[in-house]
Amino acid sequence: MVFADSGERYLPDTVQQAVKILILGDFGVGKTTLIGSVSEIEPLRTEETMTQASVGVDDLDGLQHKTTTTVAMDFGRITISPRTALYLFGAPGQQRFWNLWAGLSKGAVGALVLIDTRRLEGSFDVLNQLELQTDMPFAVAVNHFPDTYAHSEQELREALDLLPHTPIVNCDARDRASSLDALITLVAYVSHLLVPQETTS
Amino acid sequence: MSGGDEYRDSPVRAYVITDGRARPSRNTIGIDTLLLAVDPDKPLPITTSRQHHELLRMCRRLLSLVEAAAYLELPVSVVGVLASDLVDAGRLVARPSIPEATGLDLNTLQEVLDGLRRLR
Ligand SMILES: Nc1nc2c(ncn2[C@@H]2O[C@H](COP(=O)(O)OP(=O)(O)OP(=O)(O)O)[C@@H](O)[C@H]2O)c(=O)[nH]1
Ligand SMILES: [Mg+2]
Repeated sequence: MVFADSGERYLPDTVQQAVKILILGDFGVGKTTLIGSVSEIEPLRTEETMTQASVGVDDLDGLQHKTTTTVAMDFGRITISPRTALYLFGAPGQQRFWNLWAGLSKGAVGALVLIDTRRLEGSFDVLNQLELQTDMPFAVAVNHFPDTYAHSEQELREALDLLPHTPIVNCDARDRASSLDALITLVAYVSHLLVPQETTS
Repeated sequence: MSGGDEYRDSPVRAYVITDGRARPSRNTIGIDTLLLAVDPDKPLPITTSRQHHELLRMCRRLLSLVEAAAYLELPVSVVGVLASDLVDAGRLVARPSIPEATGLDLNTLQEVLDGLRRLR
């Protein structure tokens, strides 16, 4: 372990800023597993409330309705340097949770979208939303499960209708190094977006 | 797979804890804002709620809002209100998260990248 007090709850006093990455994906795709593989603290679970004005069928009585849902999310932490802590937030990708991660995306580095190729259609929603409704950069990580057929990258790109520049990597969320690689791919991609004139790789 | 994903907390309880306010008085406190108590042993006013006491005790050392919420087993939005109160009262210092407007700077991204590669 790099940091002697990694088993502890608290951050070193030197830390001045927090940055965050979102881990998104369908149910059961490995979000919590990935967070657990890289986090220096035991992944924690908390909840966030989402308030939405409800529209449509039920305003017959002419009253303004607001629905509040609470959504569980889990998160982990990596003290990335003496002055910076990285938080990883896992949130489900379904449409009804978009408000949650739209809030989380403010100031975020970007999102890693986990994909299970046996249930590709479970990721269409989240990819559409990211491309059309946010300007948050994202990368796609394909988790391999025992009975996963090995699709080529090109096949997956086409099936998921990814933009040519969107990175796609294979990942085993149970493996620390593999999970770190997926995160590295995302962060390298985001840095590249900030310096488009840089051509070296 | 974990079932029971949708945790439900009583909205009434949240409302009471935060004294009727639904969200923080200022929007400077975000989910990843880092919190640190100022002079944690100095007594709080007698009227201070148990939850304010607990949050202040939790933040004797540096911790993010979302971590404090998880350990206190309270909704993040509620702990955000408590933290705002304590910041207003000068009992808690907040180290802000990356501002939305200015965004991430390249130095910070490089720091994250280097840090991840080091762990690798
Ligand atoms: N083979 C394989 N199994 C994985 C991988 N990632 C996760 N799993 C397994 O898949 C199951 C579900 O993983 P979770 O991490 O709970 O998935 P999640 O996305 O957090 O699920 P929800 O929070 O319920 O939406 C667990 O049994 C994991 O061990 C992977 O990369 N490869
Ligand atoms: Mg999970």
